Amino acid sequence: MAVQGDVLDSAGPYDRAKALSAFKLGDITFYWITRISAISVLLILGGIIISLIVGAWPAMKEYGFSFLFTQRWAPSADPPVLGALGPIYGTLITSFIAMLIAIPVGIGIAIFLTELCPQWARRPIGIAVELLAGIPSIIYGMWGFFVLGPFLANTFQPFMIRIFEGVPILGDIFGGPPSYLSLFNAALILAIMVLPFITAISVDVFKTVPPVLKEAAYGVGCTTWEVVRSVVIPYTRVGVIGGVMLALGRALGETMAVTFIIGNSFKIQSSIFGPGTTISAAIASEFAESDGLHQSGLILLGLLLFVLTFIVLACARLMLMRLEQKAGK
Amino acid sequence: MNFIKTIVAAGLVAASTSAFAADITGAGATFPFPIYSKWADAYKKETGNGLNYQSIGSGAGIKQIQAKTVTFGATDAPLKFEQLEKDGLVQWPMVMGAIVPVVNLEGIKPGELVLSGEVLGDIYLGKIKKWDDAAIAKLNPKLKLPADAITVVRRSDGSGTTFNFTDYLSKANAEWKSKVGSGTAVEWPVGVGAKGNEGVAGNIGQTKNAIGYVEYAYAKQNKLTYTGLINKAGKTVQPTIEAFQAAAANADWAKAPGYYVILTDQPGDTSWPITAATFILMHKDSTDKKAAQEAIKFFKYAFEKGGKMAEELDYIPMPDAVVKQIEKTWSAEIKS
Repeated sequence: MAVQGDVLDSAGPYDRAKALSAFKLGDITFYWITRISAISVLLILGGIIISLIVGAWPAMKEYGFSFLFTQRWAPSADPPVLGALGPIYGTLITSFIAMLIAIPVGIGIAIFLTELCPQWARRPIGIAVELLAGIPSIIYGMWGFFVLGPFLANTFQPFMIRIFEGVPILGDIFGGPPSYLSLFNAALILAIMVLPFITAISVDVFKTVPPVLKEAAYGVGCTTWEVVRSVVIPYTRVGVIGGVMLALGRALGETMAVTFIIGNSFKIQSSIFGPGTTISAAIASEFAESDGLHQSGLILLGLLLFVLTFIVLACARLMLMRLEQKAGK
Repeated sequence: MNFIKTIVAAGLVAASTSAFAADITGAGATFPFPIYSKWADAYKKETGNGLNYQSIGSGAGIKQIQAKTVTFGATDAPLKFEQLEKDGLVQWPMVMGAIVPVVNLEGIKPGELVLSGEVLGDIYLGKIKKWDDAAIAKLNPKLKLPADAITVVRRSDGSGTTFNFTDYLSKANAEWKSKVGSGTAVEWPVGVGAKGNEGVAGNIGQTKNAIGYVEYAYAKQNKLTYTGLINKAGKTVQPTIEAFQAAAANADWAKAPGYYVILTDQPGDTSWPITAATFILMHKDSTDKKAAQEAIKFFKYAFEKGGKMAEELDYIPMPDAVVKQIEKTWSAEIKS
């Protein structure tokens, strides 16, 4: 027994140190695994930026800053003349129209789901909205091409064109002829695609509003609209804007659905019913059969989209910070 | 339908490649993908050897063969002879297709409307804006054409179809040549772009007063109203297999180094003016000789037994005389 005790005594502190160092080792390993994971994101991002710059370099050298302000896109000319103004315009205008439609509708759905919807209907509608997010973008593209496009070209666009004919500015924006493939059609598809992002996030943040706040507002005689406007929205502003920005990011970069229905025309037209192109659609359309300077120009377009998205996200951050400061005062 | 065929064919190729690792590999043009898949399927049944063809586009196919990552490359736009020599490549035409202008005009049946390259070019330049334009009426004195605006439809994606179509317009219309030129993607003066042949076909089918261009198979399968064309000899021709083959037969293959012949606007009374061949590229001195031999065996099989299959998919087999010449080229140029 004594021998055993001896062993235990001598083994005790030794084991404890060993066990502790084992824990320490585990901790260090864990620390490094997570750290490497985090660093790898930076490395991948850096790698993408560098390879984009390398690929875009010939076009950058050839065109310089005039690339941003040239509307002409003539890859078959000799030498090729490439300008990004058309795709940049198309990207911004389609995303703008998409957000114009998706923000009110998306937030409207979220308000209905959290505040007004009868309990039994909440889940079906909520799941339907989330399913919209799960539909692959190519399906939206095909649906846009075969179903939505013809409807818009035969019914909606002629109607709008008739209404605004002769009206200054608006007459130009909603000018004819109607087309299956247009900026407006692409924007409408984008609106449907980004809707679930706005709705899902808004629903989640609306649920975080303490019931006591809302009950108090109802208690002093507020209507539902007033509760939403003065209690729910101000309380959740940051979250809702986050959702909107996520949606905007998707709208700016969406490729497949837009490629199907935008018409890939690099000319800027005043009418939103005319064909146009976005940065991502131009790349998707032309990259496979491009070479030399043309391909480099397309990679430069990709770099521009990267920068554009970055600027939008930075602006969103800035806006959020401003809002938070204002709310703090 | 062709879309479904392509998917099925792609599935078959995918299935066959997964079973055999040592397959012939090729990459390039999308235009011949359905027929290469069909040949590959038949060849596999007969010999057990599969073909793994990736339809990644002509430009990418050329890059892949230059980088020697595939046994053969495929391209719709042939490489110039100097380029072939520089890269140590052999080039030959494998199969042909034709491009037809299609319209959607009320009361006009397939083949009734006749256009010339000059007029077609002016329509695509935006100079001819309405269907009752004097230039169109002159070619079609008996037809009553509407006073409506022409909706011009073209490809939105870069493609070999566009390359051949714009090449034809460049040859037939001087202004097109100086202002736009030819290429897989060009600076279109007017028109909306639809994605792929199926996109253009779909758009033409649904849009009144539209004009577009598609490969013959798509015009046939979608029952679109194709037009007749006036060829180089000044004769009016209709898009038929005979007219396409006449264009290939009248081309001067023997004198073209590297078979560099673009089949648009060929001479001959019966030649269809927008015919196009699609080309195969292989290294003369391949690093993997065995794979190269296997590939040649496959192409030989396709030339000998694949003609009927090609016609079923509305491709046009190469004329026999050209095939004989190509087989001579193989034995002379490709080292085994």
